[in-house]
Amino acid sequence: MTDYRDLTGDAIESLAVGAWILGTGGGGSPYLGLLNMRRLYAEGKRIKLMSPEALDDDDAVAVVSNQGAPLVGQERLTDSRNIARAVELMEEITGKRFRAIMSLEIGGGNAIQPLMAAAHLGRPVVDADCMGRAYPEAQMTSFAVGDLQPYPLTSVDPRGVESVVYKVPSWKWMERVSRKICTEYGSVASTCKAPRTGAEIKRWGILHSTTKAIRIGAAVRAAQRQNADPIAAILQVELGKVLYQGKVADVERRTTEGFLRGRTRVDGLDAWRDSHMEINFQNEWIVAWVDAAPVAMSPDLICVLDSVSGEAIGTETIRYGQRVTVLALPPPPVFLSPKGLEHVGPQAFGYDIPYTSVFQA
Amino acid sequence: MRRIGIDVGGTHTDAVLIDGGTVSRAVKAPTSEDVTEGILEALSRLRAEPAGQGDVDGVMIGTTHFVNAVVQRRQLTPVGALRIGEPISGTLPPFCDWPADVAEIAAGGIWSVEGGFEYDGRLIMPLDEDGIRRAAREMRDQGLRSVAICAIFSPIDPSHEQRAREILAEEIPDAAITLSSDLGRIGLLERENAALLNAALSELARDTVSAFELAIRDSGITAPLYITQNDGTVAEAAAAMRFPVYSFASGATNSMRGAAYLSGLDDAIVIDVGGTTTDVGQLKQGFPRESNSVVQIGGVRTLFRMPDLLSFGLGGGSHVSLDPLQVGPVSVGYRLLQEGIVFGGRQLTTTDIAVAASLIELGDPSQVAAIGPDTRQRVLGVCQRMLEEAVDRVKTEAGDVPLIAVGGGAFLVPDRLDGVSRVIRVEHGDCANAVGAAIAQVSGEVDQIFRDVTRRAAIAAATALAAEQAVAAGADASTLKTIETEDMPLSYLPGNSLRVRVRMVGDVTGSPPGRRLADLMHPSTRRVPDRGR
Repeated sequence: MTDYRDLTGDAIESLAVGAWILGTGGGGSPYLGLLNMRRLYAEGKRIKLMSPEALDDDDAVAVVSNQGAPLVGQERLTDSRNIARAVELMEEITGKRFRAIMSLEIGGGNAIQPLMAAAHLGRPVVDADCMGRAYPEAQMTSFAVGDLQPYPLTSVDPRGVESVVYKVPSWKWMERVSRKICTEYGSVASTCKAPRTGAEIKRWGILHSTTKAIRIGAAVRAAQRQNADPIAAILQVELGKVLYQGKVADVERRTTEGFLRGRTRVDGLDAWRDSHMEINFQNEWIVAWVDAAPVAMSPDLICVLDSVSGEAIGTETIRYGQRVTVLALPPPPVFLSPKGLEHVGPQAFGYDIPYTSVFQA
Repeated sequence: MRRIGIDVGGTHTDAVLIDGGTVSRAVKAPTSEDVTEGILEALSRLRAEPAGQGDVDGVMIGTTHFVNAVVQRRQLTPVGALRIGEPISGTLPPFCDWPADVAEIAAGGIWSVEGGFEYDGRLIMPLDEDGIRRAAREMRDQGLRSVAICAIFSPIDPSHEQRAREILAEEIPDAAITLSSDLGRIGLLERENAALLNAALSELARDTVSAFELAIRDSGITAPLYITQNDGTVAEAAAAMRFPVYSFASGATNSMRGAAYLSGLDDAIVIDVGGTTTDVGQLKQGFPRESNSVVQIGGVRTLFRMPDLLSFGLGGGSHVSLDPLQVGPVSVGYRLLQEGIVFGGRQLTTTDIAVAASLIELGDPSQVAAIGPDTRQRVLGVCQRMLEEAVDRVKTEAGDVPLIAVGGGAFLVPDRLDGVSRVIRVEHGDCANAVGAAIAQVSGEVDQIFRDVTRRAAIAAATALAAEQAVAAGADASTLKTIETEDMPLSYLPGNSLRVRVRMVGDVTGSPPGRRLADLMHPSTRRVPDRGR
């Protein structure tokens, strides 16, 4: 395996499509990040993608994400320099230079955040994240499952407001305190999470997830160009399973404790006619039921895609009448341990059902 | 109520007179290069008979002129873009996602100053008034006369955009200024793009609407002129002149509204079969269901009030090939009368098949006598499947629904379709768009975030604001009704944050009173009633 490879502009376009699919309904659209990258590439900036195996055990790696409400992002947009500043601030505090930058979550807009920081700082991006998708809370990561140190965290606003969460006793405390800072900024913040070593990433990271997102996005884009079936194209590159096809019949949303919760009902078409699927969400799609029996649940990835274009549909934008295909993708194995399920299994989201995998025979 | 509706289409300018609830006269004239000639001709044909003469209460014109200008990149004015929101979002400046060819024509320069709001109404930064004045002077020195202003979260608080307009007007008194908050929705880039497009069309809109007014006066009509909007409503000419972007999709909307009026149905699928394309949409309470997603106009991403339409290449002029069997998407278009076989031409079209199948009487049927029943059935079967697939994709409920078939190619719609309870054909269906223009109403819309109030209180407050806006735009308050309410809790925002969208419509008041134009243009009603400050 090569240690580094050039990320082409075309690969970033694919990354945006694939990351939105891996967002499993949340994570925010990668569009604004993609626009920033197009501009940075037009200015001549280039990024290298680094294989996680190429990290030395004591290398320091920055883990970045944009925190906040997707709707606020639609107004305040994304300034590519801000995430780079969060990384610099962490270096100032720890006195240690990062060898590379990686994404907190490969699902949604946060797939692009490390690229923006990398373009400004001239570092490579590590081909990994710690969710393998999108999840709503800080303790829902493979690093938290691994009980890695949750602090410090830097949080930056472009007006020159810069905060550090110096120490917390748990990931849940980090979620509470950093969320408060973010709210004060206007419900959006560029953050650099607790720095990780190369050894930690190799042990606990979800490896090669950037490549996976690019592969999925490239398959969908190629199918679109050839007027081929994009769902079939995804299944050719991923070990996925079509759970359901139908038409969105109802969407019910409510905000509780700062999260977008609700459910959507899909009426079956073709092979699924005369049945319906209900999908519950908390920012992301969490549990899918067919005629009241659970058929897929976190940590399995539940992806709701436009049946024609193959592009992802988010929990904030799904609407009545859309033709959708519901696809399950296998979860990162780290979430299948008892400890992993404690963090991201159905009970972690308040569902009193045992986890059963779509992918167990 | 007596009104004239005019639809200025690509090939035809249609005009109808509606009198006491019925279509008393309908005429067609060829569309002219400068559009006014076609209108004059249509009006003269309309008024040639006694039934078309006499006073009217209003003339409503629907036109695709402005959207065509964007698509064809012509008659656009260079725009000075003023973004209020520094130091936020500086790496994504105005025009950042525009196709290069339109940006080259429309981008007159970019200025960025401190200011703008948070979602909860707090300031991002105090407004940099000196910076705005400097920008205004630079724009003036560069000869820019068209300006678009966009501040972060201006739909929540438009005051920074409004103050900027005052300063700009002091420095460039004859500037045409568009505020993004007047165009609505949350989503900065899309709203800013709408404002930029609007500003780029300001001169064309001024000239075109003035020409319309002149044509109406030259025809001896003294009634007020209205321009139809994307959402099936109208704006008074002076207001429409300020917001050309609102007429982008009015042709399709008018056709659906006309179909509703002519059939008496408020909830139905409408199929408008033209010469080249078919549009399928859904009527809800007499209005087209709108698209919630991003709409691209000539490659520019915007969020507009647009009907959610499915368009595909099937029409009366569609090419038909038999081996292999294919219908459309290529069409002879307006050359049907020369190229169709029943007209002595050589290209087999859907119209020829329809004549062979005795669905319509046109041209010389002996030319298509050789087309056997088998072939006719196969071709019409293809059309039927295309229509059924489209209906199924547009429908939002499972049961069978009524369908109204309009447009010059409506004969291609069979009497029975899967998923359709009955197919309704209406008199004057080929002028449905002009009818839709004639019956258009006035609307008010609010799309805002409410915090720490109950859902019911938020919707009530939004409804009151929408009603105020509709009345300010010329609606008769006694006829107002809510046609859309949508609410959306916002994730991650603290407290109980709810985004509410309400749209109300009413009939146009008899004749507009002498209101100040400024009241119409800049409703000062867009405040969040309870920000929980």
